[in-house]
Amino acid sequence: MTEVATVARGGQPEAAEGAETARGVRIFRPLTDIVEGADGVTLMLEMPGVAPGDVEIELERRVLTIRGRAAVPAPESFKLAYAEYGEGDYERAFTLSEDFDQAKIAAEMHGGLLTVKLPRAEAAKPRRIAVAAG
Amino acid sequence: MLHPASLIAGRDPFAAMRRMGEEFDRALLGPAAAKGYPAVNIWQGSEAVAVTAELPGVAPADIDISVKDTVLTIAGQRKAPETGDGAVWHRRERAFGTFSRAVRLPFRVDPDRVEARMDNGVLRVVAYRRAEDMPRRIDVKPA
Repeated sequence: MTEVATVARGGQPEAAEGAETARGVRIFRPLTDIVEGADGVTLMLEMPGVAPGDVEIELERRVLTIRGRAAVPAPESFKLAYAEYGEGDYERAFTLSEDFDQAKIAAEMHGGLLTVKLPRAEAAKPRRIAVAAG
Repeated sequence: MLHPASLIAGRDPFAAMRRMGEEFDRALLGPAAAKGYPAVNIWQGSEAVAVTAELPGVAPADIDISVKDTVLTIAGQRKAPETGDGAVWHRRERAFGTFSRAVRLPFRVDPDRVEARMDNGVLRVVAYRRAEDMPRRIDVKPA
């Protein structure tokens, strides 16, 4: 599995440089774990501040794109005095090494952690193409 | 910056490069980026202070918040996901284990008036100033 986005940065989620959404927030690349088991591939993405309804998962050909829209209200009657992390939306794309059935993708968002399960498709049936003699 | 050959000759040829990038980020962003986990934002109000931290995937039951005088401590545990035998990791960017972060607040807080809640992986702790420490208005009497 390779990644489409080439913003190669580790550690804390970093903003893709210059990337900004139309609503004027920064876009972060969520930290991701990818583990492959017998039943398929599982992705775990950290998207704090994103509600379950604000996640978008798209699979087109072999490119899996995951977007999350964060909605963190600022504490009422408080002013930001010191900041170590930035808030923004999330986006990351992965190129899958094999075909997965789009209909079977299962995703679950729990406490800012998105778990995406890609069950392995049934082994593609071998096809034999008869070559007709000319 | 010097890197031992073992870092470069590891399985992931880009690990050393990423590490260099992280060091570079820390140097550029200053000490705030390397202060520890979790990173915090501090919000100042007139009678209270709010501390927010991103703790995705951490259950509220695994977070321990304590306050003493002006120091607020957020401790807890990030549990690794359970994977079956023979699972192969393709990418491992998230970190697990115990964490503890102490934050010095601008005033002594009332230990009975500290509220914490967790929303979509974002922790918010609101601590109120002690009643006896509230600023008092002093009237100036005419001579």
